[in-house]
Amino acid sequence: MNFPLIVQYGLSGITVGSIYAIVAVGFNIIYSTTGIINFAQGEFLIIGAMTAISLYQILPLWLAIALAVIMTTILGGLMEVVFIRPVRNASVLRLIVITIGLSILIREAMLHIWDEQVHSLPYFTGTSISTVTILGAHISPQVLWVLGTSAVIVAGLTIFFRFTPTGRAMRACADDPMAACLCGINDRWMVTLSFMLSAGIGALAGCVISPVTQTQYDMGAPLAIKGFTVAILGGLGNSMAAVAAGLLLGLLEAFVVSQFASVYKEAVAIVVLLLILVFRPTGLFVRREIGALRAA
Amino acid sequence: MIPLRRYWPVAASVVAVIVLQVALSLTGATYYMTQVAMSAYYGLVVIGLCLLMGYAGQVSLGHAGFFAIGGYTVAYMTTVNLLAYRDVPLMRLLQSLHLVVRWQNLYGADVLSFSPWPAFITALLLAGLIALLIGVPVIRLKGHYLAMATLGFGLIIYRVVLGTKGLGQADGISNVPPFHLLPWLQVNGRPPFRIQNYYIAWATVLLAMVLAINLVHSRVGRALRSIHQNEEAAHSLGVNTYRYKLAIFVLSALFAAVGGAMMTHYNGSIGPSEATVMKSIRYVAIVAIGGMANLWGAMIMAILLNFLSLRGVFGTFDDAVFGAILIAIMLLAPQGLLRMPKWHAVASVWRKGTFYFFARKLPDAAEGSEKSRMSPFSRGGSHG
Amino acid sequence: MPKESGGWFGPWWSERQVCMGMRYVRILSVALAGLVLVGSGCKKSTPAPPTKTTPAKAPAAKAPAPAAQKPAEAAPIKVGAIFAVTGPAANLGAPEQKTAEMFVEQINQAGGVNGHKITLLVKDSGGVSATALSLAKQLIDEQKVLAIIGPSTSGETMAIKDACQEGKTILLSCAAAETIVNPLASYIFKTPQKDSDAARRIFETMKDKGITKVGVISSSDGFGNAGAAQLAKLAPEYGVTIAIAESYAATETDLTGVLTKLKGQDVQAVVDWTITPAQSLVAKNMKQIGLNVPLFQSHGFGNIKYVQAGGEATNGTIFPCGRLLVAEALPGTHPQKQVLLKYKQDYEARYKEDASTFGGHAYDALLILTEAVKKAGSTETEKVRAAIETLQGVVGTGGVFNFSPTDHNGLNKDAFEMLTVENGRFVLYTKK
Repeated sequence: MNFPLIVQYGLSGITVGSIYAIVAVGFNIIYSTTGIINFAQGEFLIIGAMTAISLYQILPLWLAIALAVIMTTILGGLMEVVFIRPVRNASVLRLIVITIGLSILIREAMLHIWDEQVHSLPYFTGTSISTVTILGAHISPQVLWVLGTSAVIVAGLTIFFRFTPTGRAMRACADDPMAACLCGINDRWMVTLSFMLSAGIGALAGCVISPVTQTQYDMGAPLAIKGFTVAILGGLGNSMAAVAAGLLLGLLEAFVVSQFASVYKEAVAIVVLLLILVFRPTGLFVRREIGALRAA
Repeated sequence: MIPLRRYWPVAASVVAVIVLQVALSLTGATYYMTQVAMSAYYGLVVIGLCLLMGYAGQVSLGHAGFFAIGGYTVAYMTTVNLLAYRDVPLMRLLQSLHLVVRWQNLYGADVLSFSPWPAFITALLLAGLIALLIGVPVIRLKGHYLAMATLGFGLIIYRVVLGTKGLGQADGISNVPPFHLLPWLQVNGRPPFRIQNYYIAWATVLLAMVLAINLVHSRVGRALRSIHQNEEAAHSLGVNTYRYKLAIFVLSALFAAVGGAMMTHYNGSIGPSEATVMKSIRYVAIVAIGGMANLWGAMIMAILLNFLSLRGVFGTFDDAVFGAILIAIMLLAPQGLLRMPKWHAVASVWRKGTFYFFARKLPDAAEGSEKSRMSPFSRGGSHG
Repeated sequence: MPKESGGWFGPWWSERQVCMGMRYVRILSVALAGLVLVGSGCKKSTPAPPTKTTPAKAPAAKAPAPAAQKPAEAAPIKVGAIFAVTGPAANLGAPEQKTAEMFVEQINQAGGVNGHKITLLVKDSGGVSATALSLAKQLIDEQKVLAIIGPSTSGETMAIKDACQEGKTILLSCAAAETIVNPLASYIFKTPQKDSDAARRIFETMKDKGITKVGVISSSDGFGNAGAAQLAKLAPEYGVTIAIAESYAATETDLTGVLTKLKGQDVQAVVDWTITPAQSLVAKNMKQIGLNVPLFQSHGFGNIKYVQAGGEATNGTIFPCGRLLVAEALPGTHPQKQVLLKYKQDYEARYKEDASTFGGHAYDALLILTEAVKKAGSTETEKVRAAIETLQGVVGTGGVFNFSPTDHNGLNKDAFEMLTVENGRFVLYTKK
């Protein structure tokens, strides 16, 4: 295997890895603020993309995407207010079941509002045949958009959580809700905000990957499953680790495809998930003691 | 003296089953029995899952995998053609023991394969073994992690059956012969055997219910409930939580495997669509709708919802209906529809629904509205 | 009751007023719910799944009514249909369902078949074989349909094959697997073309172009596996070596890894065999990673949506297909031209979406059934079945059908036309 081929595999791995990473970041936002794992996370990506595709027919691309992100953000907030808020102090089991039910409902709603066909946004720059050459390997410029957007999202979130008052308030709620409440932080709205943020990020991610992966109504669930794997791999609640874990998983999949029959690619993520859960459920990048303290 | 009071629902069910059969036979509508029997076999999985989720408090998003293990093992062993090896001494021995039989399939081809009983036993053993292997590392996880792990397991089973050539890949295995439980009793989906199979299906389900009820009212059942309420407290009282959880996991897997095996013989085929994540989620949804710790609720809901779904009553909204009912029940009636006193059930759900619609909060006195003020973020610690 | 005032009403109403108001709302809603239930209960007689085009449902539901009111008219023929309208095979089942409803409506408006109107009972199996089996048993035992159209996938067809054969109900499947008609069962027929014929046409074209080394990728579902097997079997006959054969998951979102592997083998052409949207991905990814060799697709590519999804990357794709997609380009004397144009125009006018070859399979199934009823002159199952086996020269969308007691598919290599994509449109492929 020559160097350009290795780079090609590597880039292919990084592409899918960054997609997984964005989904995982969405999980982490909600998890770290509320302790809920939102099984409907994958659906946010698809809703965002489908809405943008519909809006693109009457608006320019950038406006369509922006509007789609805003609409999905509002939807995420509504979802939290209507379905999650009344039962937030319920058991883990019940919350899991509710978010699963939500993901099913959203998916079926998308099927009946749009259709079962596959759609996609146009490529942001270039067309479906344009390529860019990096170190001898060829990729579509859209891949660079995906990578760039992921980086911007992660950087933006880091700044948000570290330097803005709202972000710090959210972190406070994640650490100790009662103390945050005593400090005058409106915890209920922090939860809603976390859902909205997660939905917005998901929608943006969905729009940017739509030209690459194409969008169909039932793509949310497989994306969500890969997203969990990555989130758990990196340690629930840790966004930077999620990004690293995402890229790692993507590269691992590309490696498996290069060496073995590509039919095992799907199995990689599942095997990784099971191994991590069995041997190190707190994640690769979180120290064991800290992870144990954080676990429910 | 065993308090027989707890078995009166079983007796009532037996009567209801007989009455239903007579009614259907008299009106000539025996074709409904097909969907009832199929729902009953799905109900077996739900009963096992109810024990696991409701009483032991462990979530499993991969139970369709055990159903598939049971079904595929039985299907494979009863259809694999060993005719080429018929002169091998081992094969002759097996044939003399009637473990391997020769028969003709629908297209007149000669087939030498295992008879259904050894296949059934193997399916149970295999399911139990795999449940043990999966359970040992996974059962000590909690909450979300356990859900993810079982989800991963279900996905692996799906990929395996989808990818293995011997298991029919995407087309599944068909031409599965009927299962002769006794020389005069067989699990067979064809019209002449409808009434027989109606009773076989119900007998299996009611037997499973009796087992489950016995379990719940025994020492093991009490231990399970204590684990569900507060695992640390139970542990400190000397309950071996790990072993009990593992035992219930394996038991629920066995229930699912029995359901899968019987269903496969009944349908005469099985496909990878029985092992999908959506199927697992359906089972979880039915347990939740029936009430997490309510065996009868789970069984009734399983029969009802699967019956309606199999008859195509929901049309293209099948999955949507499940999702909608699931959310509605989880929000408004978390103990299940049947736990509430009968005459208050509908009124109560209704009252909660309208109150919720206007006031955006649930009048859940049991949950403690004071508690909701103090710790809005209880991270899944309380039971509810 | 919570201590504060009624939540979202804020300070405007008191608790008591809210409760009183809610009581009236409750009573009103119960009444409304009751009305809705009563109203919907009346419509439950023919459980046709709701489609996006409501005009389709009304005539189908009305069809039995006029027949019942006029006793002089012949009894309606009951035809069942099982399609995967929702679920993973929805891109097959949805056009099939729309086509079937449209066809039956047209037949009924023209007076039916030999005076018999058709009652179409469409069921959604969601792609699950157990559900398909349950629905099939319902149609066979309860509704006692003359024939069942569908299902959409091979797995489901294999699951209901025995039930239909033993229940003596004609099955006209819209799924492609060879095992549906081989081993032969007297009541089981299928309308899609043979995979082996598609593979042969592809290899013939390759031979013309002098291609000898190819890479094959297929999706790991029934259609893909069957195709890959046929390709492997027939390649030596045409002097083609398959240097590498890989399979990918049907829900795959990025194929650059697999295609890089093919690139590493220096193949002269790529054959992609799948019926899922991944077909467009293959075209795009190939160009993006710089694998600039001819791309051959299977007859699963027969939907302009895949070309639209793939954009410029799909230009130059070569694939065998039924002639539906290039109906306008056919010479006027071609036997299929009229049928194809009519179907295409009607479908596109009614459903505002492009016609695809998948819907065409359902059209052919219904066409064959109605032709057989006409030929047999009766609606008895055995006579109709025997009539199907004698049908010759039935012009459908997939090709011209010629049945026989040993051939329950009726199509051969000539059902296919080699097509290619030029400027985002399907055109006939011409050898250069």
